[in-house]
Amino acid sequence: MNLAALDARLLHAILLAALMLTMLLVLNVGAIDIDLGRAITDAWGRKTSVESLILLEIRLPRILLATLVGATLGLAGAALQGLLRNPLAEPGIIGVSNGAALGAVIVFYYGLAGAAWFVLPLAGLAGALLAVLCIFALVGQSRSIITLILAGVAINAIGGALIALALNYAASPYAMQEIVFWLLGSVANRSFTEVYIALPFMIFGWAMMLYCGRFLNALTLGEETARSLGFDVARLRLVLILGVAASVGAAVAVAGNIGFIGLVVPHLVRPFVGYEPRRLLLASASVGAILLLLADLAVQSLSGTTEMKLGVITSLVGAPFFLLLILKSRNTLQ
Amino acid sequence: MSLLSARTVDYRIDRIPILDGIDFHVETGELIGLIGPNGAGKSSLLRLLTGITIPDRGEVYLDGEPLSKISLQQRARSLGYLVQGAEAHWPFSVEKVVGLGRMPYQKWWQRPGREDQLKIEQAMIKTETLAYRNRIVTTLSGGEQTLVMLARIFATENQVILADEPVAALDPYHQLHVMEILRQHASEQRAAVVVLHDLSLAARFCDRLYLLSHGRLDCSGPAGEVLTTDNIARVYGVDSRIECSEQGVSVIPLTRISEHHP
Repeated sequence: MNLAALDARLLHAILLAALMLTMLLVLNVGAIDIDLGRAITDAWGRKTSVESLILLEIRLPRILLATLVGATLGLAGAALQGLLRNPLAEPGIIGVSNGAALGAVIVFYYGLAGAAWFVLPLAGLAGALLAVLCIFALVGQSRSIITLILAGVAINAIGGALIALALNYAASPYAMQEIVFWLLGSVANRSFTEVYIALPFMIFGWAMMLYCGRFLNALTLGEETARSLGFDVARLRLVLILGVAASVGAAVAVAGNIGFIGLVVPHLVRPFVGYEPRRLLLASASVGAILLLLADLAVQSLSGTTEMKLGVITSLVGAPFFLLLILKSRNTLQ
Repeated sequence: MSLLSARTVDYRIDRIPILDGIDFHVETGELIGLIGPNGAGKSSLLRLLTGITIPDRGEVYLDGEPLSKISLQQRARSLGYLVQGAEAHWPFSVEKVVGLGRMPYQKWWQRPGREDQLKIEQAMIKTETLAYRNRIVTTLSGGEQTLVMLARIFATENQVILADEPVAALDPYHQLHVMEILRQHASEQRAAVVVLHDLSLAARFCDRLYLLSHGRLDCSGPAGEVLTTDNIARVYGVDSRIECSEQGVSVIPLTRISEHHP
């Protein structure tokens, strides 16, 4: 079967339909069984009932966040793999994930999480922003992509070290558990607050990354050729990094570190878009959202007394799956 | 007015001079060969001429206008650059690689149209790559890949093609094929500049040669003036024999001049 021949619009239509179906499916699932029809009718009629409250206050924010975070991770993974022309790149590589995580951990460490609803996500965003500023300062005018990766690795390491420090000196086992659980990543017990805080940064980041789509196609032939094709490589590289940082920073700030979505999804989608980096972007966003919704569905179905964290299941499933993909595709990718 | 020219350009990397006071020009209809030993600065000069790198002194002119004053997109339409050992990082189909050559004409929201498709096919016909348009480019042989990369450049319909060692690592059949295509391009009121190590090919196909040595221009002119045993001995450090026949010129390196490393 010639997968590459799949029409672009048809592919996006199929993925969008699949995403809608998945959202509806997950909307049906929760700790308490509710009559979804009645919940929707009540919510539509602005009538307050248990059903409509569960739908609007618990389930809707949760699936919206899972969708937004999944789409961000898939899109950012595809964008970074295109920029670095390296199929092993993942959104965390530029250090912004650990930066955001550190911001949140500091809030937990000082016990400020309960002070106000906006403290935790804003601290995460501030951490992500700080990480990006550090990277831009480190990379400066350097034209080498290697400098960028190494700066990301360094920022990641510093973030990781400070998180370890916070864990080491955590005031109580409870505080420590709170930090660890948060780091594992989850979209449970979130409200529309998190959606509102993250959404503007995510949309900004998505727009930046999608704008770079054509540039990523040109990069297939290398940076010099991309430049000879009329692309301002240095500027577009910064635009893309900024896009990844804004959206992934926001995602980590509201949902913690959720691994493997950004790494695996582009691999999964690539054969269906003829390995074209530009077409990979939107398709990866849809598939990332679908997979994270399904992972969250699994979390809700499998959890016993202790809730399983979303990041745990994406890693548990993602890592072996990634291995399988590499074994299958090692002949096509060199 | 020259089609593309450089006036006393210097280029340095970390203060080490790579090119020093080079004057260069190519006229409409010309195929120019850049020759010289490894490290003489041929590739650096080619990159300066495409505007990928910027000279530390001097200026490159396209149709009499400084390259720095011309937009990236306009440059991309006029100058086609074939990088040394060009390859695709993703397993694209041949047609998709050739299609990248149409990017200088597309805005970011535009999709390839009928005219683009026509140019892509013409470029593949010109380079005889149409037969494997649906093959994955990374599975092709080196010679076939070079032809595909050339097709990508032809799809842009540049005024000047600048190719960095396009025939390196190719068999004689493909070497001749690539040189003929470039010759053909130059004869269509356009021009081409080619970095070459094969002096015989350079002598046979190029209208003029620029012989570079240690970042300076040693000499330039028609092949007969540049390719003398004296020049080759001085710049390359080898004794050679030059044979002229009706079939063309052959330069045969004989022995190294041991105490003279270039």
